[in-house]
Amino acid sequence: MSLKEDQIERYSRQIILPRVGGKGQEKLLGGKVLIIGAGGLGSPCALYLASAGIGTIGIVDSDKVELNNLQRQIVHDTNTVGVAKVESAKQRLNAINPDVKVKALNMRLTSKNITDVIKEYDIVVDGSDNFPTRYLVNDACVLEKKPLSHGGIFRFDGQAITILPGKSACYRCLFPEPPPPGFVPSCQEAGILGAVAGAIGVIQANEVLKYILNIGDLLAGKLLVFNALDSSFRQVKVPKDPKCPICGEKPTVTKLIDYEQFCSIKKKKEE
Amino acid sequence: MSDIKIDQILDLKGVPCPMNFVKTKLKLESMQAGKILEVLLDDGEPIKNVTASTKEEGHEILKVEEKNGYWNLIVRKSR
Repeated sequence: MSLKEDQIERYSRQIILPRVGGKGQEKLLGGKVLIIGAGGLGSPCALYLASAGIGTIGIVDSDKVELNNLQRQIVHDTNTVGVAKVESAKQRLNAINPDVKVKALNMRLTSKNITDVIKEYDIVVDGSDNFPTRYLVNDACVLEKKPLSHGGIFRFDGQAITILPGKSACYRCLFPEPPPPGFVPSCQEAGILGAVAGAIGVIQANEVLKYILNIGDLLAGKLLVFNALDSSFRQVKVPKDPKCPICGEKPTVTKLIDYEQFCSIKKKKEE
Repeated sequence: MSDIKIDQILDLKGVPCPMNFVKTKLKLESMQAGKILEVLLDDGEPIKNVTASTKEEGHEILKVEEKNGYWNLIVRKSR
């Protein structure tokens, strides 16, 4: 693969970078990234990855764009309210960069389908908004040895960690089991500042770019914690837990689990 | 100088900054270590910037010389 004239122009400011260059750009164009959730985290992440020229971006989401999403889900816009999020995201990403092949996966991930979905990608970005998906994604990536960038946001706080299965701590090393239903305020109840989602989603994009370029140090074994109110970032060391239920010495989780979708179940009962 | 054997020539007259450096960098990436590239550049910012950036990337600047209103930058690729 050699860069075309318009690609040299488009990516000139990153080709100039030491340790990127034309060879790095070719790695990015050959890169395959799966983004789970076209929401608050997935939006900024997808925008930066598409702009950087990641050749293949898969996006998974089963929702449609709602007006209340636009405060933070910046890949969508007023004109795509009501459209499937993955289609809305695909339109925007293609408009930014036609070099990118966007795979719009309008589906809900389950223990049955996730392994096939993640298989063809180099790295997975978790931008999901619920615990069942978060654990499912972690477990599937650990079992398939697929690198994973985790991001989480809550009100004015955000966190990110990169998981290199077998080498660094996974999400269950941090939090072995999901919280009981109702213990943590659900997606709609808690509220979120859009810029917090932006900050963490962009950190995740940066992790992906470094992973594909094979430069710098990843947030592997290090949880990055951001607080928007005091504008602080800190890193907390997270060692691999030998007692981790999935990546420890004697794993108790050996197959994928579909945890109860407490968010949606609660909503259905209310209706 | 007749003792420098030029392996490749890149004519970047009329190419503004920073695209002239981007093209120089890409050309050097495609060459083997030790090979010699001659780049033709405009006067002013181009010759100044491309020389500095190429040096910063670790390549060896063998010669910078003016020729009829433009410049010749001769570089040996490192690594």
